[in-house]
Parts: sequence; C-alpha cells; structure tokens
Amino acid sequence: MTQVLEDDLHAFVDGVLDPARSAEVTAYLADRPDEAERVRAYRAQNAGLHALFDHVLNEPVPAGLKVTRPARRWRPIALAASVLFTGVAIGWMIARGGVTQAYRTTPSLAHSAAIAHAVYSPEVRHPVEVGADQEDHLVRWLSKRLGTQLRAPKLVPLGYDLVGGRLLSGPRGPVAQFMYQEATGKRLTLYVSGVQGDMPDTAFRFSQEGSVSVFYWVDRDYGYALSGDIKREALLAVATAVYRQLSP
Amino acid sequence: MNSEDILEQIPRLRRYARALLGDRYAADDLVQDTLERALSKYHLWRAGSDLRAWLFAIMHNVFVNQVRGRRAEIERTMEELPDIAVRETHSDALEVADVDRALRALPDEQREVLLLVVLEEMSYEEASRALNVPIGTVMSRLSRGRERMRRLIAGARQSVPLQVVK
Repeated sequence: MTQVLEDDLHAFVDGVLDPARSAEVTAYLADRPDEAERVRAYRAQNAGLHALFDHVLNEPVPAGLKVTRPARRWRPIALAASVLFTGVAIGWMIARGGVTQAYRTTPSLAHSAAIAHAVYSPEVRHPVEVGADQEDHLVRWLSKRLGTQLRAPKLVPLGYDLVGGRLLSGPRGPVAQFMYQEATGKRLTLYVSGVQGDMPDTAFRFSQEGSVSVFYWVDRDYGYALSGDIKREALLAVATAVYRQLSP
Repeated sequence: MNSEDILEQIPRLRRYARALLGDRYAADDLVQDTLERALSKYHLWRAGSDLRAWLFAIMHNVFVNQVRGRRAEIERTMEELPDIAVRETHSDALEVADVDRALRALPDEQREVLLLVVLEEMSYEEASRALNVPIGTVMSRLSRGRERMRRLIAGARQSVPLQVVK
C-alpha cells in the first residue's frame, strides 16, 4: 500500500477518492484510532454544515435580488429607467423588510431539532450525557429542567433501543434530547422543547432539513420533534408511536 | 449567458454567503453586489465555461475587497477571546450551535475553502480557481480549518464536565 497522506484523508472525508484508494485509506484507519476519530469528526462537521445552511437553498429568493442589467446609459429613457429603478428599490426594501422580520423570529422547532440531530447523532464516544442504564435518573433530571413530567417513549417493538439523552440549550430555553438506535446503528432523536404559548397546538407536520427528516408537533405548550436520516414513511411509523405514548 | 442562468445560481450564492458571513442581511448584500458585478462584466464571461465557478470567483473578489476590510477589526477582537469564555454555565451551555460557532472562529481564508468544498461540493481544483490560489494552498487551508474546528468543538464539549464536577 502506498503511503496515506493528509490530502488523502481529506479526499476520503469528502468522498472523492476512487474505490481502490478509498479501501486503502479504510485499511489504514483501521489500525489508527486517533486518525479514524479525526476523520469521523471531519465528517460530522460536513453533516453539521449542511444541516446549518442547506435550508437557505429552499428559501424564496428576495425580490430585490432578481436584478436585471442596469439601463443607466440610455438617456432617452432616463425617466423610464428612474421609474424602473424606484420600483426595483421599493421592491428590494419590501423584500428586505420581510427578511429582517424573518431573521428576528426564533429558528423553527424542526430546524433546531434537525441541527441537534446532525450534531449529536454521529457521535461515537459521547452520543448522550446520561445513558439508558440510568433511565430513571435521566428522565427525572430532564423533567426537572424542562418543568414538566417527561417520558422516554418505548420504541423497542419498532426496533429502536434507547441510547440515553442530554440537555441542550435551545432558542426557547432548555431542551431535552432522547436518542434511539436501531440494530444497524441508525439513530433517531426526539427533541422536546417548551414553546411558552408562542405556538398553538398542531397536528403532525413534516419538514425535510437537508438529509434529515423531521416530524414535529406541539401539544400543551411543549414542542416535540422526531428527527432521523431515514425515509419519511419509516419515520412516520415511529413518530406515530411516540405521539401515542406521549399524548394518551 | 442570460439572466435565467444567473437566477438559477442565486440560491447557492445565498447559501454560501450566509455561511461565510453568518448574518442574513450582510449575506444578501454580498449576493447583491456579486450579481451587479457579474451583470456589468458579463461580456467577460466565456460562453460554455462554468458559470457557477465564474460567479463564485466574483463573489470571492467582492468579499475580499469590500466585506473583509469592514470585518477585520471585529474578528481581531474575537480572536483574542479564549474559546472557553463564550460558554456560560453547566449543561445548559451544551449548545447545538457548536459547529456554527467554530465556523465563525475560523480565519476567512480557511472558512472560504471549507465552505466551497463542503457546501458547494467543489473539487479542490475548482476551489483553487474560484479563490485564485494554488491547489496546495487549498489543501493546507482545508486541513488547518478542519482541525481547528475539531479542536474548538471538542474543547467546547469538554469544558462542561469540568465545570459540573465539584
């Protein structure tokens, strides 16, 4: 095997190596846990960056950005041009007003949940703060911090075991995250956040945040979001079970 | 090139600008300036060449010339703060925004390379053309940027148990 260089590791992280070389890097990493951990962390960064910014692709483009070629040199139609310019400028200001408004609102429940999922679900060593072996303690602790009686739904019949949970800080205060794992290693996270009356109760809603699918709902001042990098139908089955257990 | 082709690229330019600057308002200003520059220079664009690469190269130039000067002072101030100081207390400080915060702490040069490669999925060669630097520079910035992010994120997470244990 030829030597594996730093550049090869980055090309491996970015998935641009040919299969043969990629296999060589995999073999190289098998004997070097520190290097393997570094590669895993870099891949988690990639997932985190997509989770943070891919939603911008789906935003409507502000009207003001749809510029056309300036007509300022055409004196005979200067008046028309200035009228056009004013129109564009007003359009832009209206669009900007909208932008500012949207910027002030807190990130949506689904988006915050998807980011938390993308950041923590790839963790190998520290996916949770408190493991499922201390489930009672975990639930008591998170319930106390969120100010409501929480429960960790039982998803074993659906093939998902509880890994544990952690406390996060969300845009509206403390957030509980429960993590579940399937036999293949696929993970789902349940994100529970107080919404302090600023969101009405909702039925199930679905949001695609980059590669992360999210089902979410609001029930009596708490928002729940189930996130996973799995197909919508499969996630819906789990989300339905979670909903039934938490909102009897 | 017609305006349809450029319109198609706007969402990608906005995503990149948002990630680069962190602020929605400033990012759309950068996109606006880039589009205006592109439209005034469209005669320099060679038909058949890669429009995306050309637009990102223009955005890079606008960023370097206009935005970076204004931001330099703010960034210098932030550089002086120890990484751990931004975390507040106990487990509440375990924020989902660790990745975002680490990204903000990168030098512009490293952040640009990382975002072109990761978000835009540009090849290292495309990134080198967009930024007008040798490919070796792209690789070293990518490597340093990723490692710095990793240390910042790890440091942020490890600082919490240290505070909780009494």
